[in-house]
Amino acid sequence: MNPIGNLNKIFESRIRLGVMSVLMVNEEVNFNDLKQMLEVTDGNLASHLNTLEENGYLKVHKGFIGRKTNTTYAITAAGEKAFKGHLAALEHMIKFTK
Amino acid sequence: MTDQQHLQALTDIKRMMERSSRFISLSGLSGITAGISGLIGAFIAKIWLDEYYQQWNVTGVHSNTDFQLLKFRLLALGAGVLAAALVGGTFFTWRKARQNNLSIWDLTARKVLINIAIPLGAGGAFIAGLLYNNLEVLVAPTCLVFYGLAIINASKYTLPDVRYLGVCETILGILNLFFLRKGLYFWAVGFGLLHIIYGALMWWKYERKRTI
Repeated sequence: MNPIGNLNKIFESRIRLGVMSVLMVNEEVNFNDLKQMLEVTDGNLASHLNTLEENGYLKVHKGFIGRKTNTTYAITAAGEKAFKGHLAALEHMIKFTK
Repeated sequence: MTDQQHLQALTDIKRMMERSSRFISLSGLSGITAGISGLIGAFIAKIWLDEYYQQWNVTGVHSNTDFQLLKFRLLALGAGVLAAALVGGTFFTWRKARQNNLSIWDLTARKVLINIAIPLGAGGAFIAGLLYNNLEVLVAPTCLVFYGLAIINASKYTLPDVRYLGVCETILGILNLFFLRKGLYFWAVGFGLLHIIYGALMWWKYERKRTI
């Protein structure tokens, strides 16, 4: 088995990997909290979130707090599986080459 | 990708998971400040209570106006101590957050506050009920028990050591039930001494190296 094959291309971006890490340990996180935690700009984060959503790794919930929009993100079962697979592949690679 | 990059990715994952789930900026010095405020408050309360009982001895009759005044002064003192502890506590935690390049107000800070506020709010309402029924004697143990449970509840979202402080406060509150009318001493230990010990231990464990 080729371990590199298990590394998920989508998670090669540090920001996407960061989003997934945050969502693995938090049930639901809104856009601003993600932005603050990952220290990225609005546009940058939005495009990465789009990619993750298109791949079915994220659930997006658009809500309101008063009149302000409050978009929250949660991980899907597919996202969790993909992330765990990526993590295992990373660990495997490190052990394998040592 | 090289091995180095894989290791970096794993470190990033671990860091983001920790940072987004636990509020790590809680400073030990905050605990010490809260403890000192608590001790000073207990000391002032002791003076007022002694005065009140001395007055009672002199006149020989129970004065309801004196009692109401004492109750009001003690409540005001309690609010003052709480405010001092919060201001001092926030300052040192803010300072530690700045040193770590973190924000003091983020997802994790909100989680800690919400999880403290729920049991504490219930405790506050419970105590209002006690006061309404003139059960003043139960106020101190109730404060300690609810405060301890609130801390245990919030400890999932901050430094795990906080849990032990919560357990100690809860035990102290229950012990107080078996030594009623000694509430002030239990208060001084629970809100004063325990906070100082806890704060000093936390400072020693997490912050000492950075300051030296």
